[in-house]
Amino acid sequence: MSDSKTPLLDDLEKGPWPSFVSDLKQLSKKEPVVSQLLGQMEQSYKDRWNYWQGTVINLKGYGGGVIARYSELQSKFPDIAEFHTIRVIPPPGWVYSTKTLRELCDISEKYSAGILQLHGMTGDALLLGSNTEKTHEAGEELMEKGWDIGGSGGALRTLACCVGMARCEMSCYDTMKTLKHLTDTFISQLHRPEFPYKFKFKLSGCANDCAASVQRSDMPIIGTWRGPMRIDQAEVGKFVDAHGADFVVENVISRCPTRCISLKGREIAVDDANCVHCMHCLNVMHKALRPGKDMGVTILLGGKRTLKIGDTMGSVLIPFMKLETEEDLNKLTELVERIWEFWTEHGLDHERVGEFIDRVGLGTFLQGVGIEPDPQMVIHPRANSYIKFEELAPGKMAGEPKKTPSVMDKEIETREAAV
Amino acid sequence: MTAQAKKLAPRDNGAPEYMPNLHPLMVKNYGKWKYHEKVKPGVLKHVAESGDAIYTVRAGSPRTLSADTVRKICDIADKYCDGFLRFTSRANLEFQVAKEANIKPLIDEVQKTLKFPIGGTGASISNITHTQGWMHCNLPGTDAAGSVKAMMDDLFEEFVNDDKLPARVKITTSCCQINCGGQGDIAVNIQHHHPPKIKHEGIGICEHPKVVAICPVAAIRPAFVNGKPTLEVVDEKCMYCGACHGQCPNMEIRDSQTDTLAIWVGGKASSTRGGPAFMKLATFGIPNNPPRWPEVSGALKKILEPYKKTAKPYERIGEWIDRIGWKKFFEVTGFPFTKYHIDDFRFARTTFNTSTHVRL
Repeated sequence: MSDSKTPLLDDLEKGPWPSFVSDLKQLSKKEPVVSQLLGQMEQSYKDRWNYWQGTVINLKGYGGGVIARYSELQSKFPDIAEFHTIRVIPPPGWVYSTKTLRELCDISEKYSAGILQLHGMTGDALLLGSNTEKTHEAGEELMEKGWDIGGSGGALRTLACCVGMARCEMSCYDTMKTLKHLTDTFISQLHRPEFPYKFKFKLSGCANDCAASVQRSDMPIIGTWRGPMRIDQAEVGKFVDAHGADFVVENVISRCPTRCISLKGREIAVDDANCVHCMHCLNVMHKALRPGKDMGVTILLGGKRTLKIGDTMGSVLIPFMKLETEEDLNKLTELVERIWEFWTEHGLDHERVGEFIDRVGLGTFLQGVGIEPDPQMVIHPRANSYIKFEELAPGKMAGEPKKTPSVMDKEIETREAAV
Repeated sequence: MTAQAKKLAPRDNGAPEYMPNLHPLMVKNYGKWKYHEKVKPGVLKHVAESGDAIYTVRAGSPRTLSADTVRKICDIADKYCDGFLRFTSRANLEFQVAKEANIKPLIDEVQKTLKFPIGGTGASISNITHTQGWMHCNLPGTDAAGSVKAMMDDLFEEFVNDDKLPARVKITTSCCQINCGGQGDIAVNIQHHHPPKIKHEGIGICEHPKVVAICPVAAIRPAFVNGKPTLEVVDEKCMYCGACHGQCPNMEIRDSQTDTLAIWVGGKASSTRGGPAFMKLATFGIPNNPPRWPEVSGALKKILEPYKKTAKPYERIGEWIDRIGWKKFFEVTGFPFTKYHIDDFRFARTTFNTSTHVRL
């Protein structure tokens, strides 16, 4: 009979997958606070109940980035009475030199419980287990050493991107550079919540969307190209020889969503005008096929996870734009600012930009941010006939023609007067 | 001096620089990569226009790591990777190796010292995305790291091999109905079964108008109990989403006796082939059973076994189901199809079959 204090968690030390329990137990030998964390978790496993309360602690000058936790079992586990998480902005694409990573380890041991999570689902590097006082000290040392704190609440959140051009031939734009540009340009919006609710960017270099941007971010920025894809017919021939024509037809040609690719003997032909850059054929024949040379991005808007109205995916806002020069990046910055201005002005409390668009209509939203409607924004035009054609409506029946102000024309002064 | 307020560190530093954190070969060939190929499960080779090649060795990690373990990772990266590595969005480690001869000793050391498995590339089940659960969240109905550990133990062979599945399978978990884990080919998510129980005595700490406003179905309204302002929930309207619980801890949505897990299938983020897709309900009412959640692993097998047998290469779970039809899916998995599988929320009608396309 074991006299272990954590018999249920101990079960998670068995099996081939690496065990966080074993690692934390080892850590608890020099960080006694960790045994109390394991003790509370064991209680949760026993009772199927959670014992953390959440609130907010802010570093001076910031309005987010620390996830404060208080134990409800602090009479039993006093050392984890305050046990906060600090969100840290990691290097773009989660790339690290060991020097950089060791610095995080040192800070984590100095001020936290020596527990790191690499990484949170938003993309932050997480340092677990500081009390309130140490949280402030950790924040100062992190920022002294050039790190910065991540986002939380109704703010811009820490950005995430795929490995991009650093190690991937598929990447159609520089995800890391764009991430750094957006983070640094909008760092104030990341630290000081001023939005109706959170706003996330995720950046993927191609339609494989390794950053899961369509489903996990308000503004997915996904690499693509115009014009012909690059084909190395010699490599196509080698692929056909190695796998057989049937394999190519079954797994490449017939999987094309727009039937724009065909096999002619040992060569491939592509109807480039109808290619939607889905990446499937490139993924299968990655030595033979490559993105075209005229690269850029498709920008979508409105993705988020379930809460509250159910999941939404981002939908196309800008079908194509170049994103290479400083001027291109500034155009992106300006677009983001226009979207934020309209959304923060008219969005309701806790309303993500996708929910906002659902409420006001994409047509209204486009007018509000000054973007022309484009057929690529929809799967098909509307199928219902209940439409208010503004240009075709008659003048008012009596008196002065009264213009009903659209939602974006509403006078801000009226509101202030009403306060 | 000590009496004076300590000078604050600089604010608004922004994102760290990436170039100093990249392997020199990645700096040299930045934006000039030509193609990649798989060397073996967990090992990729990227070749640049210059002819340079860099190897990536991918290892599964538990995501929650002690600083000591991270230092061991650094030691290995110093020894074999010129001091550079990266993490993936699914919490895998990627060691960057310039010399092919370093791959084997690196793998040996990762397996021996860290006890981390090598794999997660190609048609495999990669690491399961998860968040905090009982370790550090204020809202969870179940654990995250523990259930992931239990599942990955059962799915270990699918992580270290990449020829056992038709395509990659991405699994996610969520401990509440906010669903931090994200969409996946398969998702294991908590499901609540009654409206929030209101703790009237503590509700003064919450901003009542915000709690009322956050309800997506307008089921919450102000009320008085014992002469004091509080809130009430219209039970018939409430859909047990728990949005109010995130806003106010005294709107308790969880229940250790009745919360269960549901399994969802067919989510996909990439625009490949048919484009991104949301996952759909496969089965529900699975007990929330720590420390191993065996019923979850059992249900996963019921999906993965027929998928392995009958899906075509490159066909993700959702695409496989689209081809064979949901009727067949419920037959081969043995999950019952019930009235609860039929949507009754927004846009439900768009999910009904309006053709005569039926499989007989």
